[in-house]
Amino acid sequence: MSPLSACLLLSSFLFSIGLAGALTRRNAILVLIGIELMLNAANLNFIAFWRYGANPSALTGVMFTIFSISVAAAEAAVGLSIILAVYRHSKTINLDQMNSMKG
Amino acid sequence: MTITFLFLAAITIIGTAAAMTLRNLVHCVLSLTLGLVGLALLYIDLGAQFVGFTQVLVYVGAVAILAVFAIMMTRSAEPSENTSSPFRVSGALIALAVFAVLAWAIFSGTNFLPTSAPQPEASVNQIGIALMHQYVLPLEVIGVLLTAALVGAAVIAMDEVRRAR
Repeated sequence: MSPLSACLLLSSFLFSIGLAGALTRRNAILVLIGIELMLNAANLNFIAFWRYGANPSALTGVMFTIFSISVAAAEAAVGLSIILAVYRHSKTINLDQMNSMKG
Repeated sequence: MTITFLFLAAITIIGTAAAMTLRNLVHCVLSLTLGLVGLALLYIDLGAQFVGFTQVLVYVGAVAILAVFAIMMTRSAEPSENTSSPFRVSGALIALAVFAVLAWAIFSGTNFLPTSAPQPEASVNQIGIALMHQYVLPLEVIGVLLTAALVGAAVIAMDEVRRAR
């Protein structure tokens, strides 16, 4: 197995575990963490393809990963503050009990 | 594939898997921190030092602390989460199917790739020069986005206080 395949396999595992967490956990904070894990899997893919890819001196993968980390940080801050606002409003962050807009 | 890679991959896998399966939420965030540290060390091992340090700074330093604060403020640290979620089995099956498809694609599609490549260089000097020349517009856009996210998060989090006054 080539090192690129190992990196891609690890990143697909990270994506799957994040997806499983986002689908099965009922706590909004853990769902957000699962989404962060999926973003991290994409970042690992960028770094792996930059490392073993064709033109590594262009720094494209590194740049994309830096910008992606910044966007993920902004997303985490806004998401957690939305969770805090929802908790203050409905006194729960269990996703099964947030059904006031259910049709 | 070296011993270092296997060790760091094991740390990452154990940390993230524990983060998604443990019952207590504080334990979840702590093991997530372990997994993210493993991922940052993996970036450094792959030759992207700056990205690894950024990962430690942003995820381990900021996002994990923010998640711990959110857990404390929403009083969800007690393991009272009802585990009888209707999506428990189906969600795990969906994730397993996604992993199987991705692994199949990886094993059947990357045979033509080279098995080793010379370590590319990504010094902080080069990254800074690239950020200031080629990527200066995305840098500005990221600055605007982070400012908007900062203001937006503060406004969303303190909305109730202002209304009650």
